[in-house]
Amino acid sequence: MKRVDLVHNRLPLALWELRPGQGRALLLLHGLGERTHPGALEPVEPWPGPVYGLDFTGHGASGVPLGGGYYCEVLMGDVDIALAHLDPDSSGDPGVTVAGRGLGGYVALLIAGARPALVRGAVISDGPGLHGGGPSPSTPVLLRPEQDGSTPDPVALLELATDVRPPDYARTYAWQASALSGLDTAIAVTAVNRPPWLAEVAAQPGVVETDLPSALALFAQA
Amino acid sequence: MTSTETRSYPGARGPDRQRRVDAGGIGLAVHEWGDPGAPPVMLAHGGFDFARTFDVFAPLLAEAGWRVVSWDQRGHGDSDHAALYQWEADTRDALAVFASVSDEPLPVIGHSKGGSIMSQLAAIAPGRISALVNIDGVPSSRAMPDVQDHDQTKLLADELAAWLDHRRASATNARKPGTIEELAERRARMNPRLPRQWLEYLVTIGGRRDPDGWRWKIDPSMRMGGFGPWRPEWSLHRLTDISVPLLVVLGSEPEPMGWGTKTGDIWSYLPRGSRAVEVPDVGHFVHIEAPEAVLEIALDHLGRPGARP
Repeated sequence: MKRVDLVHNRLPLALWELRPGQGRALLLLHGLGERTHPGALEPVEPWPGPVYGLDFTGHGASGVPLGGGYYCEVLMGDVDIALAHLDPDSSGDPGVTVAGRGLGGYVALLIAGARPALVRGAVISDGPGLHGGGPSPSTPVLLRPEQDGSTPDPVALLELATDVRPPDYARTYAWQASALSGLDTAIAVTAVNRPPWLAEVAAQPGVVETDLPSALALFAQA
Repeated sequence: MTSTETRSYPGARGPDRQRRVDAGGIGLAVHEWGDPGAPPVMLAHGGFDFARTFDVFAPLLAEAGWRVVSWDQRGHGDSDHAALYQWEADTRDALAVFASVSDEPLPVIGHSKGGSIMSQLAAIAPGRISALVNIDGVPSSRAMPDVQDHDQTKLLADELAAWLDHRRASATNARKPGTIEELAERRARMNPRLPRQWLEYLVTIGGRRDPDGWRWKIDPSMRMGGFGPWRPEWSLHRLTDISVPLLVVLGSEPEPMGWGTKTGDIWSYLPRGSRAVEVPDVGHFVHIEAPEAVLEIALDHLGRPGARP
């Protein structure tokens, strides 16, 4: 695993090259509290191009923001910084396919909707943090976890486990990915779980429910 | 530097004391007016403002017998710039400032975003707040772009791309320098009702003079008009949870920085015993346009510690 050191705003961001190669890159996004590790390569072995993994802010080898302030759109910004490194050409060719577990699956949806010209397919799989804080705010808690600079940052675990994910908000990103990417299928759902946001996304046009090998085969050619 | 590089404003007075509070590693600048032995009242500023935008209002409260404590929120004024910004983080920061003043519940006045954050705090941690005055800090669905609208798909995509482009550049971004007049002119676009003399005064306390001109101190990585799944109704629903005495002060005139909330928009969400007052002929910055009127309304709610029996 080779580390590429990037910066998002003022914090270091660790992008890992899991396997070098030519053509469209596959970018793996880990779940809540996880980090990129060499074993992440095994399930995506058939991918024809290079494979990368990104450590989200507050996770793995990436930086810890003092006093927290996490939300999923910031992690979408993390991925965008990685996209800028992997695919400076905005023509979408070869583009980058993004595959995320849990929290990373939700972030994959966000970036697919926000950068439809750069993202060639998003895969949403089961993993930690798939639910988030549910479709509407629940009873608020006010905790101030101690940070010591280590990851996963406890503030990240708190704030990214309680972020609200309304189904219609998620649907907007799915629409954008479908309408603006030019792909017939822009999103593949391989997760078994169906939190409300994902049930809504899975029901949209341009979204398929399939298994990981099929999703990878689809987006490798898209 | 010449004497023309300072500005004054009638009734404006800088804080009597300044100190710093550590909030989870973020240094916050705390500003106090009035007798240090007087009962404390907390003052929370709005987004893209800073504590010293209370330079007129705070001295009036101090004269009425309060020890006024305000703070620059992370990234604003003289506080540290943070890596991330979010209301929950601001709420935790506020608690660190509260803890530096007292363990007892404290009376609070908050404007705009400061009012929203303090309403949130009153609902989440009612033991920290004894009474709340919320000055035009109740979001309502008026004038908020509806990001769920199908027709706005492309519009939202452009907005998201602009936000991401900003994040890509924000590590090296700097605010645009200018003269005091130029910075005041730029601020006037978002604060069209406020006197130019006031805005120029704000430049000299909320800005710093670099060799190439004045710059606002606010973190250049912050961007107005964020997005995300947040809905104004969520703040309204939170309002119903509040058990401490609540007074909402609204201005009658709409303005770019405000939510344009009217009494009728929030009426059904106000908890029993709370009040909403609309001050006529003023905009979003109610306490800046009409400091004496807001003072009287606030003192009616919070009390007058300076009053002799």
